[in-house]
Amino acid sequence: MKILNWATAGLAVLMLAACAPSTAPQAEGGDEKSGTLRVWLYDEPNRAPKEKVVQDAIKEFTAANSGVKVEVTYIPTTPARHEKFKGAFNDPASAPDVAEYGNTDLAEYVAAGGFADLSADVASWSEGSDISPTLLESATVDGKLYGVPWFIGVRALYYRTDVFEELGLLPPTSIKELATVARKIRAEKPDMYGMAVGGEYTFGALPFIWDAGGDIEKLDSAESREGVRAYTDLFTEDNCPPQTCASLTGGKTVELFASGKAAMGLLGNFNRLAVDAGPVAGKYAVVPLSGSENGSIAPAFAGGNNLGVMKSSKHRSLAVKFVELLAGRTYQIKMYGAMGNLPTLTSAREHIAAQDEFLLPFLATVAAGTKFVPIDPAWVKIDNQKIIPTMLQKIVTKQATLDEATSEAARAVNAAFGRP
Amino acid sequence: MTQVAVPTGVRNARPRPGRAFAPWLYLLPTAAVLLPLFGYPIYMLGLLSVFDYRQAQVSGGEPTSFVGLANYLTLLEDDRFWSILAQTVFFAAALVIATLAVGATLAVVLTRAGRWPRLLLSFAAMAAWAAPAMTGSTVWMFLFDADLGLVNQVLGIDGFNWFYDKWMTFGVVGATVVWHSFPFVMVVLYAGIQAIPPSVREAASLDGASEWQSFWRIIVPMLRPLITIVVIQSVIWDFKIFTQIYVMTNGGGIAGQNSVLNVYAYQTAFGSSEYGLGSAIGVVMTLILLVITLFYIRALYRTGEKL
Repeated sequence: MKILNWATAGLAVLMLAACAPSTAPQAEGGDEKSGTLRVWLYDEPNRAPKEKVVQDAIKEFTAANSGVKVEVTYIPTTPARHEKFKGAFNDPASAPDVAEYGNTDLAEYVAAGGFADLSADVASWSEGSDISPTLLESATVDGKLYGVPWFIGVRALYYRTDVFEELGLLPPTSIKELATVARKIRAEKPDMYGMAVGGEYTFGALPFIWDAGGDIEKLDSAESREGVRAYTDLFTEDNCPPQTCASLTGGKTVELFASGKAAMGLLGNFNRLAVDAGPVAGKYAVVPLSGSENGSIAPAFAGGNNLGVMKSSKHRSLAVKFVELLAGRTYQIKMYGAMGNLPTLTSAREHIAAQDEFLLPFLATVAAGTKFVPIDPAWVKIDNQKIIPTMLQKIVTKQATLDEATSEAARAVNAAFGRP
Repeated sequence: MTQVAVPTGVRNARPRPGRAFAPWLYLLPTAAVLLPLFGYPIYMLGLLSVFDYRQAQVSGGEPTSFVGLANYLTLLEDDRFWSILAQTVFFAAALVIATLAVGATLAVVLTRAGRWPRLLLSFAAMAAWAAPAMTGSTVWMFLFDADLGLVNQVLGIDGFNWFYDKWMTFGVVGATVVWHSFPFVMVVLYAGIQAIPPSVREAASLDGASEWQSFWRIIVPMLRPLITIVVIQSVIWDFKIFTQIYVMTNGGGIAGQNSVLNVYAYQTAFGSSEYGLGSAIGVVMTLILLVITLFYIRALYRTGEKL
């Protein structure tokens, strides 16, 4: 193989005149105190309320900092956002100063050298200590903080109060009970699914794996297998038939519940509007998803968005100030009012919990401890290659046994991490 | 294909010096467009494929390093690559045959149909052709939706998931692809058939040839150059199929059983910012298509036909 390598090397050098593919120059940031601060925020299906809150923040910010203009661009949340960000890293001239990004994208962006280290800034920020350590972890790579968690979304168990009442059932208090209750509902109401589950619903399966003590990085461990079994056991004719449920994404399970076809589903606090818009409105309640131990809460995935400052920013302190304003208590509470996003500041969460009972099960889930996907560029690969959905689907369609599928997935995860 | 009219008087004249360069001169405008537009990307594709080139390297986070054939080795050692390659070849072959069969049949129907049916069929085909792949795929997906789809409601099989079984999924997606691509074949062949002098077919029918015989013995041989182009086009299109699979099976179907090469390349390489590996897949695909095309052209020359 060496000879071949050398031959190719020779070719590359001789014929291609030794021109390696181009690499963007490393941009040096700056700390100008005036000018235009460019901000990228995620576009949302219903953006108007978010835009209004952001406009208020800008007004307050420009009043306090003379000679500064803030320019906001809304970028899509589709996979195209990756291209947008990559473009910004490659060409600092077109990059923003401040950007909102999904916390699962963090590691890839940091590896690309895109965001500035904010550890010192957040440590000296008066509200910085109001963010819980587990949440800060979702913005941390190798001990350095690359953004301020802005809001989070957490999933819990939605269930149909009318169905439960009719059949004389109580909300399940353990994973085992969840399965029993689900089967009972399907047996009594055959045109309904007990618990809506999906073969492509990674964040629906992860709580089961985490609760059993398993981990994404060790999917073939006994604990992980137990969790995978608990989830895939729900894909049966007597709950959610594989023919229908094997290909469902998380969004599709939300549709199933919202349209009244499923009696239970693992939905996020951010799905409330979708459910309230359907026939199920007023006929459901939410409890935390129980773990295997009676009365325990299964660890939920803490997805959410962070606000970061670009490394190439020419207005570093202004950018940090703007992030601290937007992620501060006042605007987090306003953002909750506008978009229903859960604040990351503990005091802000307590403030809104007192006003809205609906949030209690979600806050209980957060308080019980949330978990996160590996903070490593490998996660983007694991996600893109659909390693976890493939594992679940192979098991529920009986293309592979549980042991085979989990071993295969573990190998694929190792490959994504570049481990032997 | 380009024919240059040669004035009769010049034909017998002695070749002047520089005459041999004339063809090259004529090719110059084409070359000036093709070389930068095709040469450069292919050159870059080949170059990237021998480097460890990921997002971190593009934006300057890590240095770019030369890895020789490592990307190709990774690819060749991946069992999934081979199974998906085989799957893609079979799927593409089936699509080419189906597209040609549907396109040719409808082209013949067009020549026989009356004015209004012909107009209607042409219009329907043009609409299918004009529909963007993304829109078309989404509409077909809705038609075959398990709970709300028209197909299930008409057949009375509510809740049946068409995208569960591997072969059934390929069938539905294949139908969508054929629906998108048959109009091109139909229009090209229809134009070809129209160009065949009516007297030839009239003579055939006077000699007692059936419709079937006159299609295979008269139309097909006379349209061979056109069919070649249509086949090569279809092979290239169907081998590169992406949108329909990606949209309708949500990126490769249950456990990736319906994945094809382009979707695989996107997910393992570009979606994960592994540009080096992705380029290697691109080079392999280009080579395969080149070989298929060369074989076809060679086969044609053997039979003495000119393109």
